[in-house]
Amino acid sequence: MDDTPPKPFDPMDHEFDPIQLIKLMSRNGHNRLIGVRYNSHGDDWAELCLPYNATLVSDAETGILASGPIFTMMDMATSMSIWLSRGYFQPQATLDLRVDYLRPAEPGKDVIGRGECYRITKSIAFVRGQAHDGDPSRPVAHVAGTYMFTAGA
Amino acid sequence: MTTFRSPYAQTMGFTSERDAEGRLVLLMDYEFNKMGRPGFLHGGAIAGMLEAAGYATLADALGPEDPARIKPVNVTVNYLRGGRDAVTRARATIQRLGRRIANLEVIAWQDDPQQPIAIAQMNLMLARD
Repeated sequence: MDDTPPKPFDPMDHEFDPIQLIKLMSRNGHNRLIGVRYNSHGDDWAELCLPYNATLVSDAETGILASGPIFTMMDMATSMSIWLSRGYFQPQATLDLRVDYLRPAEPGKDVIGRGECYRITKSIAFVRGQAHDGDPSRPVAHVAGTYMFTAGA
Repeated sequence: MTTFRSPYAQTMGFTSERDAEGRLVLLMDYEFNKMGRPGFLHGGAIAGMLEAAGYATLADALGPEDPARIKPVNVTVNYLRGGRDAVTRARATIQRLGRRIANLEVIAWQDDPQQPIAIAQMNLMLARD
């Protein structure tokens, strides 16, 4: 095995292609560790899938996914929604993200997370999103947050 | 230094120690699999660590005799600085421990606890059947 660490994927090196971007990012760093995958996207939203994984549960007895991986997926989905809204990639940093855990995800089920960007100003993007484990009308988590554009900062 | 039973905590490589005042401190090494944008920790990895510190500190305060199960209600994470290539530490303060709800503040830092990289406010439920 190559012992040099893989070079982090830098979207600034690539032309903007949402599907490619999501796929490449999901193969990198922490997104790869939790195994998050591209599902679908629209003009201002991105939907990802967190496949059920026994190494990501909070308690081996209950088999319930830990909250951390759901937080990570929603951070990625809401980040993506901003680039989709703009139509191009721009570096940004999470200012804050709140997650309400509405109910536990059912053990064994994949979790689907959709992030939406509903307002962009010169320096801030406002996002929201939901996650569910099969039925979008019964979400497992609801998120709201803000991101700051960091280019030139 | 102790490790955790939780599979997620093991996957993340969290360990813990006690500081000079006996407070529980979580540690996380900087590794490629914790990275988000190039050169920085992923916000989700920081959040997962803050939450883990919250759960561990609350479980510690309840003690092994208390049968309550800890369930997350919500968490708000404020990101103050980027997480760079260094060990990250996290420590939780229980603001109120009630019968059904516990409110915690958790900070994560790298060099100086006075300059946290992230602060979480957590509400946790204590489920007693």
